[in-house]
Amino acid sequence: MPPTLKACTPPPYPMAPSMTPVTRFIRESAEVFTFDLAPERATPFTPGQFNMLYAFGVGEIPISISGAADAPDRLTHTIRAVGPVSAALGRLKAGDQVGLRGPFGVGWPVEEAKGFDVLLIGGGIGLAPLRPAIYWLLRHRAAYGRVGVLYGARTPDDLIFVSELEEWRKTPDFQLRVAVERAGPDWTGDVGYVTPLLSKLRYDPADTVAMICGPEVMIRATALALEDAGIADSRIFVSMERNMKCAIGHCGHCQFGPLFICKDGPVHRYDRVRDLLAYREL
Amino acid sequence: MKDIADLLRHHPFAEGLDEETLALIAGCAKNVVLQPGDYLHREGAAADSFYLLRHGAVALETFVPGRGAFTFLTVKSGEILGADWLIPPYRSSFDARAVELTRAISFDGKCLRGKCEADPRVGYEMMKRFIPPLVKRLQSARMQALGMYDAANA
Repeated sequence: MPPTLKACTPPPYPMAPSMTPVTRFIRESAEVFTFDLAPERATPFTPGQFNMLYAFGVGEIPISISGAADAPDRLTHTIRAVGPVSAALGRLKAGDQVGLRGPFGVGWPVEEAKGFDVLLIGGGIGLAPLRPAIYWLLRHRAAYGRVGVLYGARTPDDLIFVSELEEWRKTPDFQLRVAVERAGPDWTGDVGYVTPLLSKLRYDPADTVAMICGPEVMIRATALALEDAGIADSRIFVSMERNMKCAIGHCGHCQFGPLFICKDGPVHRYDRVRDLLAYREL
Repeated sequence: MKDIADLLRHHPFAEGLDEETLALIAGCAKNVVLQPGDYLHREGAAADSFYLLRHGAVALETFVPGRGAFTFLTVKSGEILGADWLIPPYRSSFDARAVELTRAISFDGKCLRGKCEADPRVGYEMMKRFIPPLVKRLQSARMQALGMYDAANA
């Protein structure tokens, strides 16, 4: 049986943000930063879920949680400053407040993947929504088969979670390959596109669950490469973030064919969205 | 001690290759060992060889004046390195530098081209082995050229 995704219950007042202090701010790279929030009350979440973060006076955006699901009193988010809201969030410092709504959406099938080999493939900032799943797999390592992570980024300077990448690289029984698109002579790791590295990981395609997060161009190419490697499309999961606004499926901004990305996703089973991904008009 | 045909037989490139053809192309091959920092070829130089990497890793680079060398692809064990020997004027497009201890089978391009010309069956076998990785690299290069990692937020 392919793993299935479970819908989650939205919080009781889903449109009301709560004032939430930033407790820690980390600069990951020139464009990417991570901060921790201390919510009023413990906020359990599933790896892959997201929160709506409101920068007061600027706007609100959906941001996946990038921290560990076993620490619900601390919500960690990793963000690339690409627009006015994310840039405003990037100017916050410890002690400042943001508006917080969530968690929302359907996360990664970490429970359903127990007993399987698991591959996680992240591109760029796409490693951030995968990190809670990586923490989960490491914490419950005995429940899974072989585990492999592929991570692609522009350059070595654009890598995020650098110290953790080093830790994961040394972790026994955990495969990590990092590829950058271009590098200087000091870089001794892989250079190139990320999907060819699939051939360097050990896994049994017949018993593998794969999770992909990154730009949609990469999702499409990676999902096809996984299928070519023999992984069933029903065991490939992709995280998509398109036009999310209200986060509860009411406003319709994120409608994607028959789906609402915010409510039915952001994590989707690939066999259910593969045809939709091919529509250029959606 | 393994001879060159034995080394070739264990490389993915030779999978499915009949013994006669394998022995024929082995006549153009030799075993090479490169230390980290050694160059297999330099940009603009004659492209008279290609390599089947047995162990190690090689960075393909180009040089930008004032900014230094940029690596755009690493080639690893089990893979093919070098395509410029196939196409006139047989000139290397990029630098290729070993980034770790690397063992490879080196082929004399002129010798192999001669054998392909003399026996089209050998040429077809070579084409079947060269085209798939080259097409995959072309596809990957296009994805890299898109700069797709710039697109996403979180």
